[in-house]
Amino acid sequence: MSDRLAPGEIRSAHPRLERWLFVYLPLAFALFFLVGPFYWMAITALKPDGELYDGASNPLYVVTPSLEHFRYLFAHTEFVTWTTNTMMVATLSTIIALVMGVPAGYALARLKFRGSEFIGTAIFVTYLVPSSLLFIPMVEVMAQIHLDDSIWALVVVYPTFLVPFVTWLMSGYFRTIPTELEDCARIDGMTRFGAMLKIAIPLARPGILSAGIFAFTLSWNEFIYALTLVTASSERTIPVGVIVQLTRADFYFWGPLMAGALLGSVPVAIVYSFFVDQYASGLTAGAVKG
Amino acid sequence: MSATTIPATPRRRRGLGHWLDHEQALGYLLVAPVVVLLLGLVAYPFFVAIGYALTDRTLADPGEFVWFDNFIDLFDNQIYRQTLRNTFVFTAGSVTMRLVFGVGLALLLNERLPMRRFVRSAVLLPWIVPTVLGTMAWLWLFNPNFSVINWALVHSGLAKEGPNWLTDPDLALFCVTLVNAWRGTPFMAITVLAGLQAIPIELYDASAIDGAGKLQRFRFVTLPLLMPVLLTALVLSIIWTFSDFGIVYGLTKGGPMNATHVLATLSYQQGLAAGNIGEGAAISLTMLPVLLILIIWQLRRIRRSTVI
Repeated sequence: MSDRLAPGEIRSAHPRLERWLFVYLPLAFALFFLVGPFYWMAITALKPDGELYDGASNPLYVVTPSLEHFRYLFAHTEFVTWTTNTMMVATLSTIIALVMGVPAGYALARLKFRGSEFIGTAIFVTYLVPSSLLFIPMVEVMAQIHLDDSIWALVVVYPTFLVPFVTWLMSGYFRTIPTELEDCARIDGMTRFGAMLKIAIPLARPGILSAGIFAFTLSWNEFIYALTLVTASSERTIPVGVIVQLTRADFYFWGPLMAGALLGSVPVAIVYSFFVDQYASGLTAGAVKG
Repeated sequence: MSATTIPATPRRRRGLGHWLDHEQALGYLLVAPVVVLLLGLVAYPFFVAIGYALTDRTLADPGEFVWFDNFIDLFDNQIYRQTLRNTFVFTAGSVTMRLVFGVGLALLLNERLPMRRFVRSAVLLPWIVPTVLGTMAWLWLFNPNFSVINWALVHSGLAKEGPNWLTDPDLALFCVTLVNAWRGTPFMAITVLAGLQAIPIELYDASAIDGAGKLQRFRFVTLPLLMPVLLTALVLSIIWTFSDFGIVYGLTKGGPMNATHVLATLSYQQGLAAGNIGEGAAISLTMLPVLLILIIWQLRRIRRSTVI
């Protein structure tokens, strides 16, 4: 499946040279552009301040790697708290999104009920509504339900963009599963609900897994609500904590800032490197089928 | 389960069992939680925002109803007009770069490559790490004193001294646009790649037999079949870029001299940082016309594709 070259695609005088020129060279540039900044981030995180701010030293590599910035992060900031906050918010909002979104996706894919098409469209539309349109009133709405300045506000708000996404993805996934097994179960006396719970959902496990991974990383990465709905440092998530506490006015703690950015990125990077194929197929299932 | 509990024909269920088996009822039951959530925390805040935008509310004062004064004031406001212009330049620039880099990268990744999986994971990085954290690497890359870009420019003799990337108003808008494109390119590439791999290879064989060259095959086979995926990725990219907050906030917070403010960052600054809630809500609502056009267009495309 990996080889998509049509037969007879390469028939030039210098196939080798051509391949280097038109495939490997541009690819090297692309990798440099896309991944280079992370190399720079890692190098900076490992450089002791003496070397970091020495104009004469070569910025491209590190001579005496040190963990001082990581130590600063753990000793002088609330990075550990931010990490547990982020984990908790991401885990809980993912669970909520799956519990609500998977059955709704099933209903939209399988059950005929009046208005289902309209409801499906409405859910899809909310997926396209950006959070930068809603964050100002959301501050007030959270105050109304007494969740202002609490991490629980994020647990409640994140499902608003996770659920439409999960529903959309899962309704596409359920459509790809044949209905025969559910029909058999119903003939054997199972209710529709039972057939969904005991037959369809177990069959949809790969789809649920990728929906869960996306939901988890979407909440891990979320910024604008995390910035505006909680203000106490002890209630912050990693992205907001790192940006707000380590960049003050015009003073930047470059070393710890890069160390924090790196540590905050590693968990999602690891998750994706294992699930990159599900990621790609999940994205397109959503993007193509709607 | 003993034999006696299995009815010969599905019996009429009573109570809960009846509802759990009734197609209509179960349908409503399963979507109800989602509908309630979205009504309460998307639709309701949306109307609250409209309400705010029609008042001169501030953080300290609930304010009074002022009809459309906020909107009228905005269009007389020099900073708002510049922000609007920035937002369009930012979106058009970033989406064009995403499209060119993304489709190019997808065509490359579609080739037979060594370490294919590794390369694919690596190019995804900008898209998957938290946006603002990735942006911090660029903030440091653009640092006036320690920029590695400037270091390279000076040491290679290309320039006497490096430019002030983020403090020069003209350059700053280019920088935030580039970083946004950097973040969005992997999404475009991976989506287009999946679209490419869904094209049946037989079509290429057939067109090759018919004597089509490489370019003709791209023009008449690849492109038309790729179009649905490409357009969807494009619409999503435009919406996300147009409403983007994190990259501008992380790099410049809208400065220097409002040169990089986009609608989302200006509405944050006016609405929450400066406390003029009515004005802030009005600024963010002015995104609506563009968003609505894109959403309706996307809905109509989906409608058509499911019919086929």
